Amino acid sequence: MIRFPEFPRSFAEARSWSWVWDALVFCGIFAVFSVVLLIGRYWLGAAMPAAEISRSPRMLPLYSLYSLVRIAIAYVLSLIFAVGYGYIAAYNRRLQPFMIAVLDILQSIPVLSFLPGVMLAMVSLFPTRQLGIEMGAIVLIFTGQVWNMAFSFYSSLKSIPRELREASKIYGFSAWQRFFQLELPYGTIGLVWNSMVSVAGGWFFLMACEMFVLGKRDFRLPGLGSYLQTAAGAGDTVSMMWGLAAMIGIIVLLDQVVWRPVIAWSDKFKFEQVESAHGSGSPILDLLRRSRLLESWQAKITTPLWERLNRHFAHRPVEKKEGTPVWIPQTIGMVLGAAVLAGMGWAGMQAFHLLRGINGADVTGTLHAALITFLRVNAALILASLWTIPAGVAIGFHPRLARIAQPLSQIAASVPATALFPVLLLAIISAGGGLGVGAILLMLLGTQWYILFNVIAGAIAIPSDLKEVAALFRFRSIDKWRTLILPGIFPYLVTGLVTASGGAWNASIVAEYFHFQDHLLSTFGLGAQISAATDAGRFDTLLLATIVMAALVVSVNRLVWRPLYRLAETKYRLET
Amino acid sequence: MSETIIEARQVEKFYAQPNQNRIQVIAPTDLCVEAGEILALLGPSGSGKSTLLRMLTGLAATSAGTVLWHRQPVGSQPPNVSIVFQSFALFPWLTVLENVEAPLKARGIGPEERQKRALKILDSVGLDGFEAAYPKELSGGMKQRVGFARALVVEPEVLFMDEPFSALDVLTAENLRGELLELWQRRSMPTRAVFIVTHNIEEAVLLADRIVVLGKNPGRIRTDFRVTLAHPRDKKSKPFLDLVDYIYTVLTRPEEEPGAAPTERPARPRFQMLPHARPGGVAGLLEMLAERGGRSDIHILADDLAFELDDLLPIVDASVLLGFANVSEGDVEMTPEGQAFAEADILTRKDLFRRAATTHATLVRQITRSLATKRDHKLSDEFFHDILDEHFSEEETVRQLETAVHWGRYAELFDHDAEERRFFLPEDTEVRE
Repeated sequence: MIRFPEFPRSFAEARSWSWVWDALVFCGIFAVFSVVLLIGRYWLGAAMPAAEISRSPRMLPLYSLYSLVRIAIAYVLSLIFAVGYGYIAAYNRRLQPFMIAVLDILQSIPVLSFLPGVMLAMVSLFPTRQLGIEMGAIVLIFTGQVWNMAFSFYSSLKSIPRELREASKIYGFSAWQRFFQLELPYGTIGLVWNSMVSVAGGWFFLMACEMFVLGKRDFRLPGLGSYLQTAAGAGDTVSMMWGLAAMIGIIVLLDQVVWRPVIAWSDKFKFEQVESAHGSGSPILDLLRRSRLLESWQAKITTPLWERLNRHFAHRPVEKKEGTPVWIPQTIGMVLGAAVLAGMGWAGMQAFHLLRGINGADVTGTLHAALITFLRVNAALILASLWTIPAGVAIGFHPRLARIAQPLSQIAASVPATALFPVLLLAIISAGGGLGVGAILLMLLGTQWYILFNVIAGAIAIPSDLKEVAALFRFRSIDKWRTLILPGIFPYLVTGLVTASGGAWNASIVAEYFHFQDHLLSTFGLGAQISAATDAGRFDTLLLATIVMAALVVSVNRLVWRPLYRLAETKYRLET
Repeated sequence: MSETIIEARQVEKFYAQPNQNRIQVIAPTDLCVEAGEILALLGPSGSGKSTLLRMLTGLAATSAGTVLWHRQPVGSQPPNVSIVFQSFALFPWLTVLENVEAPLKARGIGPEERQKRALKILDSVGLDGFEAAYPKELSGGMKQRVGFARALVVEPEVLFMDEPFSALDVLTAENLRGELLELWQRRSMPTRAVFIVTHNIEEAVLLADRIVVLGKNPGRIRTDFRVTLAHPRDKKSKPFLDLVDYIYTVLTRPEEEPGAAPTERPARPRFQMLPHARPGGVAGLLEMLAERGGRSDIHILADDLAFELDDLLPIVDASVLLGFANVSEGDVEMTPEGQAFAEADILTRKDLFRRAATTHATLVRQITRSLATKRDHKLSDEFFHDILDEHFSEEETVRQLETAVHWGRYAELFDHDAEERRFFLPEDTEVRE
């Protein structure tokens, strides 16, 4: 290798410290290894669905670790699935419309109503091992975070510039090389940002699913979520503070150790013609890049392996060879398709069977509840918009303010709303409020950030020459908002509102119905209905309420958000 | 006629519409790309230039008709082509070196070989030292150099370019065009033909050996002609401007049937230039060749004679001009006339030289004729100076006349009086033709 002949001085300096970095990296590897051992022993141990949750802060590191591992495994599964799903959806013309529709619907379904079904299925798969319960939690988090990642990768693949595709075709890239040199790099930025959103969402669900009641069965997994809920249930403020501190600590740590380096690394995948002025740096990434251990690993193992794989796949053009009979993949496809259809038919029959027990009163009740929750969701959206739009625009317009406000709000946003629910509930109850209004606040808690961040991004993206025009002509502030700011942030605002609305619907399941200090707090609403049905093990009402909620979310998406999106893309698009 | 590499037979592109109609993008078209030519495809936007390029490379399927590469349908095996794109189409996450290596990687070439070839080609396009940079750190012109390097590293048989200079500023484009032309003319590109799509008329006339102009609605060939202006082409010369005007007229009057392209031969033919060699040198070269069986490599010959190649070349050129030798693929070979000259005695040689010079050397013939028509058979230098001034620099005019004097004296056609500064016919000779 004869790369990088430049920077001799800084290079030499970096080299002389290399053993420290090596030691750090080595420690890291060792830590990972022991965690794997620990988790393995716990998972393969006997099943204990309702673990005793200690309120001692000394248990917090272990609980945090358990929660972290759940999130991590669910995330890795999501990533693999998302890439595979996006790839197939982008390239298989016949499956594409179907797969995209599935994505659209699954994204809108309130994941928490899957909880009972998934949990029961997993427990019956591994009845004697802790693995079953753990798998249930992981699958649930997985279903909560995978869809936006899959959609992001799919749309990245679809938006690869034509000339890059042609270049890879004209130079005869194999599918393998095309994937690693074109498709995956092109999708990386989208995947990274969606991963961050997904993992934040994962915490939300983890908090909810670590401790819940299903009919007569009590599920409790040792973890941060169950710790917080137990502490809240016991009214133990000190433990709650400890739990929250641990939570925030983990989130800040993840941000520093995982996301910062990943974002800094993904900088090189930005599809831009000119280098942007400020790249994001990360000390951890520098550490990894300087490590001699990793370097020799790369030189001795990764690179040769990669070369061999590449040579193995080279000379195989993307097109199918003429010799392969067409009927084999076709038959496989048909068999698979038939199996999927049969499975769906069977599931439909089962659902129909379940729903036969529902009477008219149940349906009107559910619709009524849906209306109430619908109003709550929108109230939360309006309330959130009221403060986030001015705040976001202020932050976006003033770089100095942004430097202080942005990291703070990022940390605030990444604390899962479900972790804060118990704390907030305490406050609401002591203030004498009921859950009917309280639920709106709880929804607000989780969803306002989506709007805030999108508004900030939109305000930053308003070109400065337009701002200068507004200043030059001395726009009054109402004119400035009407002609410049609101149209400028409109596309971003729509994106933020769509995400926030989805989040609010999901939050309604936790926000409208809460076990608190041995008694139940609940208010009338669709979310409460879903939670109550889960508690009581009434699958027919659960299914009905879930269907209503999914239908509502999908139709609002189609009828309201999609036309707004189209408007944003055509009329309010700022060409750069 | 040179070898045909690509032949498009009645290729069409159309999109079927639900209502039985179809949108015809390109009408049935025949087009060949031949070895050794730079073919420029010009046309207004929407005339299907890029579509045609993509069909010829096999990137896009034809709706009807066939594209043949060496008489084989293009689908049967991927042709060895490269494309230089308007948007550069570099992978921003790969370094310059990795970008250039990528096509070699696709062919399963190992890392050392890959790096060696990529570095060599980067060097030849002037990107030495930029291997580790990322494309976004480079200027537009540099990026397109990487684009060229990546295209050339696979040694394509035909180099396709889709508006390669459109995204660059005027000066950079000009510079890069010049370098491309130089690579092509020095034969330092392994490429056998270049196919360039452009909307810039001047660019087409500067580069191309052949220009095809497309019309639109639907795309079709409106005119197809050769450009034989010598390189480097002068953008201000009349034949150049005539061609530009002609293409402009074709493009701006889509409803009219285009006329024939203007004859690019300039109205006044270019004056033949005599190589600065003396008859004795020509004789010496021919004798050497005769000793070597009538044929030799020029380099070897120059080495054996301890000559610089630059000193030998005028003598070779003079022999070729006089019809005594031919040059092909770096070898110089005697013609029968040359053979006869080498074997003749001095008087016969003079006869043979006289015949050859009056047949082939324009200036020698003109001087002889002018002197013959003058009653006193004398003409001052000024007269010939004025004729040659039109074509050559002052210095070159003097050298041309000097060479003509050497040749004329040897052939005993005419003589020159340096003191009186005039040409004259020797008294005792008649005018010989």
